[in-house]
Amino acid sequence: MTHAAAALSTHDDTHGHPPTSTGLDHKKIAIWAFIGSECMLFASLISTYLIYKGRSVVGPYPHETCLPPTCSTPLKAILNIPVTSASTFVLLMSSLAMVLALAAVENKDQPKDTFGERILGSSKLWLWATAILGATFLSFQAFEFTSFVHEGLTIRTNLFGSSFFTLTGFHGAHVTAGVLWLLTLLAIDYRRGLGPKDAVNVDIAALYWHFVDVVWIAIFTLVYLIK
Amino acid sequence: MATTAAAPAYPSTDSYVGESGLWSWLTTVDHKRIGTLYLFTALFFFLLGGLEAGMIRWQLAVPNNHVLSAEAYNQMFTMHGTTMVFLAIMPLSAAFFNYLIPLQIGARDVAFPRLNAFSYWVFLFGGIFMNSSWFIGAAPNGGWFGYAPLTTLQFSPGLNIDFWMLGLQILGVSSLAAAFNFITTIINMRAPGMNLMRMPMFTWNAFVVQFLLILAFPVITIALVFLQFDRFFGTNFYTTAAGADPLLWQHLFWIFGHPEVYILILPAFGLTSEIIPTFSRKPIFGYPVMAYATMLIAFLGFGVWAHHMFAVGMGPIADTVFGVTTMLIAIPTGVKIFNWIFTMWGGSIQFTTAMKFAIALVALFTIGGISGVMHASPPADLQQTDTYFIVAHFHYVLFGGSMMGIFGGIYYYYPKMTGRMLSEKLGSWHFWLMFIGMNLTFFPMHFSGLYGMPRRIYTYDAGQGWEGFNLASSIGTAVLFIGLLIFVYNFLIAGRRGAIAGNDPWRAGTLEWSIPSPPPEYNFATIPRVTSRLPLWDLKAPALNAEIPHSERGDTRVDVDVGSKHAGHSHAGFVGNLPKQATEAGMHIEEATGKSAKELGIPMPNLTIKPLICAAGMTIMFSGLLFIHKDKMSLAIATILTGALIMILSLYAWVLTPLEDHH
Repeated sequence: MTHAAAALSTHDDTHGHPPTSTGLDHKKIAIWAFIGSECMLFASLISTYLIYKGRSVVGPYPHETCLPPTCSTPLKAILNIPVTSASTFVLLMSSLAMVLALAAVENKDQPKDTFGERILGSSKLWLWATAILGATFLSFQAFEFTSFVHEGLTIRTNLFGSSFFTLTGFHGAHVTAGVLWLLTLLAIDYRRGLGPKDAVNVDIAALYWHFVDVVWIAIFTLVYLIK
Repeated sequence: MATTAAAPAYPSTDSYVGESGLWSWLTTVDHKRIGTLYLFTALFFFLLGGLEAGMIRWQLAVPNNHVLSAEAYNQMFTMHGTTMVFLAIMPLSAAFFNYLIPLQIGARDVAFPRLNAFSYWVFLFGGIFMNSSWFIGAAPNGGWFGYAPLTTLQFSPGLNIDFWMLGLQILGVSSLAAAFNFITTIINMRAPGMNLMRMPMFTWNAFVVQFLLILAFPVITIALVFLQFDRFFGTNFYTTAAGADPLLWQHLFWIFGHPEVYILILPAFGLTSEIIPTFSRKPIFGYPVMAYATMLIAFLGFGVWAHHMFAVGMGPIADTVFGVTTMLIAIPTGVKIFNWIFTMWGGSIQFTTAMKFAIALVALFTIGGISGVMHASPPADLQQTDTYFIVAHFHYVLFGGSMMGIFGGIYYYYPKMTGRMLSEKLGSWHFWLMFIGMNLTFFPMHFSGLYGMPRRIYTYDAGQGWEGFNLASSIGTAVLFIGLLIFVYNFLIAGRRGAIAGNDPWRAGTLEWSIPSPPPEYNFATIPRVTSRLPLWDLKAPALNAEIPHSERGDTRVDVDVGSKHAGHSHAGFVGNLPKQATEAGMHIEEATGKSAKELGIPMPNLTIKPLICAAGMTIMFSGLLFIHKDKMSLAIATILTGALIMILSLYAWVLTPLEDHH
């Protein structure tokens, strides 16, 4: 949202309230504080995963592991990097859709002359796209968790299982909350239409959504890619 | 008790205009009422925690005493620590955050009034939840620090630890929700002219504490999640047989736990920084440095956690680093101590009860701070750790520091909250009994500790040189109780019999004293325009503001720039704003009118029960987890789902309802 729009919407919503000190909506400040707090939450989870990396006394292990007596046939890696790369791509694309959804809500009052603007102007389309891409990521995660359990890795098996499922499970729970948030916005959109005056409500959902994506980039790099 | 000579035309204690009755308290979203609820609830828990301390001291008064069994003693000291930290000092601070922040920055409420109500109800239900464990004889017994692996299922099979960890998780939600709210309030709701470098020092301390809260609490949340998963679902986070690090909990806990120390002390520092200038009739010495010192304490506070762990054998490098960072914190803390002393220096000091408590904080916190620097040195700490020396140290900072500051704050702000004065005579008795009792209780612990008495033992044999010190400590506790009873009597009786306070009984300089006591529901009929750090002194005592660089005569800027570049400059010839100039700039004093917000056309949030229901749903959800250990899995799932459903439905109902009626 541009500053001018922010100032305008703040002005519209005041109803006799004095303007805010920063000119920003309260919700915008609060969501940034919340994201700061969430950084510490995920930092604790990721640190624990890294501290416990290589400390499991029994398998399965995340990456190909060579245990001395059977070094000729190293233990298979359980992490499936190609599949998770695909789900990572899906999640990153959902952030693009989220950006377009916010732009659509902010520009709803603009004239729709051309085909391109009509597509970009449909907040419902892009909110659906974001939610569906998020749900697709969650399906990938459900598939991954199920296949790990079949391969003998549960949350109780070893330190890797405990820290992996807790870390990625917390991230998945955040994505789930994000999808529910998007569906709620969609319900409002269908009921009365989202317009520029709702932009801050979509904006904070978007900030949350992007944050959850950024956390996944850290998790994907530290857990999956670095051996 | 004396009454003021001239009663105001409008009875001052009726200046709160708003709803009344039980329902209005259950549905309130007014930051002042929520602050009052916090104050009463936290004082109740403070008395409860005090009784637990009393039981501990009764048990330890003489050798080989058997008032308490070993198990009961473990529950007593665990709940004493947990209650005092999470249910007494933190919510007492929250009471002042709630009541004062909007008043001090010139706002009509906090940014999210319903979230504020939610925070209170979550705190209340969390406190009740944790203390309900007493009734089934399974109060937490693993210490307030709950060290895992000791607290894992293998070593602590009972429900005790479950109550503790779920209770802390609930209370964490309350603190976090409140912190997001106050950060937004302070950043975004300051009156015109109230730039950051004009904020009252209490608001500055409160502001910094909110950042400590949002950054420290997620860490213990995760440590507790690991513990819950270990206990409920059989994960291995704290199972050493599976290769787990037995220090993981200690690191996570103290990364939270040391910032928590500053969460407990900084609000009291803030209150002291309001009281001392008012009763010295001088602006605070070194205002910008006070603000920076607060930030520096908070920043360094995240880099010292392992000084709680010198005894575990981290090696010389870690010990040295954490020893040095810990000693560094003495610098900004020392700056504060000296600034308070320099504020008093040359001032015309009035020894009111509030001032006595504030001065006691400066003196007693210094003692606790000095013993703190002693065990910042790892070799010294190895002698002192787990002895009563440590108990003496942290009671000097928490009782001598936090509680003295909070009592000072109660005497100072009671007139603002109720419109009536606490008795200074009873206050003086309260202060001296508490001051003597506090020192008699905790000073001998330095010696019993150095003579080798370990912490957390439920009894001890005679002939080790500990008897005299322990008896003195226990007598001191009795003196503390007498002081506390006088306070409770004073607190309850003054609400009806105290002298009428009027707007500004202490002739203070900050905004909250420019409005009636108690303030009307909307706080300010007209939002003031702030002309200096002590805008009320601009109007009433401009000469006192002469030292404030921001108050050059005629400097009536009311810009809302964050961190104005003018802050901190000092030039010769400043004589402060003259009352006329401040008035012209928009600073004013409001008298009680008895008019409601509606009559004045001020939009106010609607009353709502939804935050309470949402908080109740969340507590039910967490308490469902208790049944997992009773092997009642279906009951557990039913309770958790019911609680979650109540929470989610009421949350939706809350969020989708506008805060206030649209005109």
